[in-house]
Amino acid sequence: MLKTRIIPCLDVKNGRTVKGVNFVGLRDAGDPVALAKAYDEQGADELCFLDITASVEGRGAMIDVIERTADQCFMPLTVGGGVRSADDMVAMLGAGADKVAINTAAVDNPDILRSCARKVGRQAVVMALDVKRRGDQWEVFTHGGRTPTGKDAIAFARRAVELGAGEILLTSMDRDGTKEGFDIPLLRAVRDVVTVPIIASGGAGNARHLAEAVTEGLADAVLAASIFHFGECTLAEARAALAEAGASVRPFSAIGSAAGEAR
Amino acid sequence: MSQIALIDYGSGNVRSMSRALAAAADSLGGTTLITLTDDPDVIRKADRIVLPGVGHFADCASGLRGRPGVVEAMSDAVRKRGAPFLGVCVGMQLLADVGREDGDTEGLGWIPGSVEPLAPDDPQLPIPHMGWNELSIDHEHEVFSGLGASPNVYFTHSYVFSPESAADVAASFSYGGNFAAAVARDNVVGTQFHPEKSQAVGIRLLANFLSWSP
Repeated sequence: MLKTRIIPCLDVKNGRTVKGVNFVGLRDAGDPVALAKAYDEQGADELCFLDITASVEGRGAMIDVIERTADQCFMPLTVGGGVRSADDMVAMLGAGADKVAINTAAVDNPDILRSCARKVGRQAVVMALDVKRRGDQWEVFTHGGRTPTGKDAIAFARRAVELGAGEILLTSMDRDGTKEGFDIPLLRAVRDVVTVPIIASGGAGNARHLAEAVTEGLADAVLAASIFHFGECTLAEARAALAEAGASVRPFSAIGSAAGEAR
Repeated sequence: MSQIALIDYGSGNVRSMSRALAAAADSLGGTTLITLTDDPDVIRKADRIVLPGVGHFADCASGLRGRPGVVEAMSDAVRKRGAPFLGVCVGMQLLADVGREDGDTEGLGWIPGSVEPLAPDDPQLPIPHMGWNELSIDHEHEVFSGLGASPNVYFTHSYVFSPESAADVAASFSYGGNFAAAVARDNVVGTQFHPEKSQAVGIRLLANFLSWSP
């Protein structure tokens, strides 16, 4: 049975992790590669790096972060931030990423999703949607949530998948950082119109919220940043909560360092 | 010293595969040289061959055929000399006679069968099949041994290899039906999942491949 994925997300700026990170026993909390290793050892199912600089200098630093992480962590990596073309995707994948999230460029010009899917396969193309509630609908935002587009999120999600997105990273801007739980109606509304996997993002405050995104929101994966970074919820607690709610999770015993469990 | 040719044809996360093979080789001791190459002479002489592949069947097939002499050299090493071969994801699918992603494209034809759209019984199941799923080992095989009970491995794909003979299916996964997770015939193995992204289980599988004497 396919497992629900638990995905810690690291915001990276010029090659360093931003947003506070407070891992016990981790000397350099700002190094995304050290954090990636720590999450790898705790049994994360996937990691997400978001480049929040999205500048040329930031891009070079990001490639370096991906390469150094992929050299040490044999786990799936999703990378996003400032991706404008299929060629940008190829560069990220070449550095060791498995999937690349695209936002502004694809909202401005959805046809780019077609060329990306053709170039790298739709399984590597993640449509990152940042959305805000407008009554009983949701509006798509771009440029890291700064620019309203007037586009309806549900209709856009459907179109993105038709064109080539293989996964939706769905972030509720209303809930992001609030720790009030995910926007369940949003997740359900997108689930109703797309057949690709959905990653729930924005609002995780505890392990129970993660479980709700799966059992009520029907998400295929849950993404969170601060609750993991600050140790408010460990990956083991997240796994336990999901399992208790009836979701299928990868057993902890099957996870170990490369030198560990496989022996 | 053992020489591994990792085929470079502009497709796939060769860096991840190269590092994972190196980690697997380290776990075994001894000296293993992993060469990322499209040089027919290097491929022809290699002790083992690994064919990665990510993305689109037709793109990968044309990329491979676009490197002069590579398919012929792989065939000499694997089919004539018996060098162990591992194909991963689209690199595994290319073993088929034909792939049906956006029209029919000829594969290597080393294991009879075709690559078809993944069609689970339950239409609610998302496509691509993406994430960690359990392997069920159908035939005992050195490369797929010692992985623990119901090992979880990382998949990401929308198409599956459907071999003509069930005897060629080494392991399967369940997703609204049973599908080929791994194929094996003689000195050739292929995995639909990504061992290079499957943490400890994947490294163990790669180490098995590196020490396999078919």
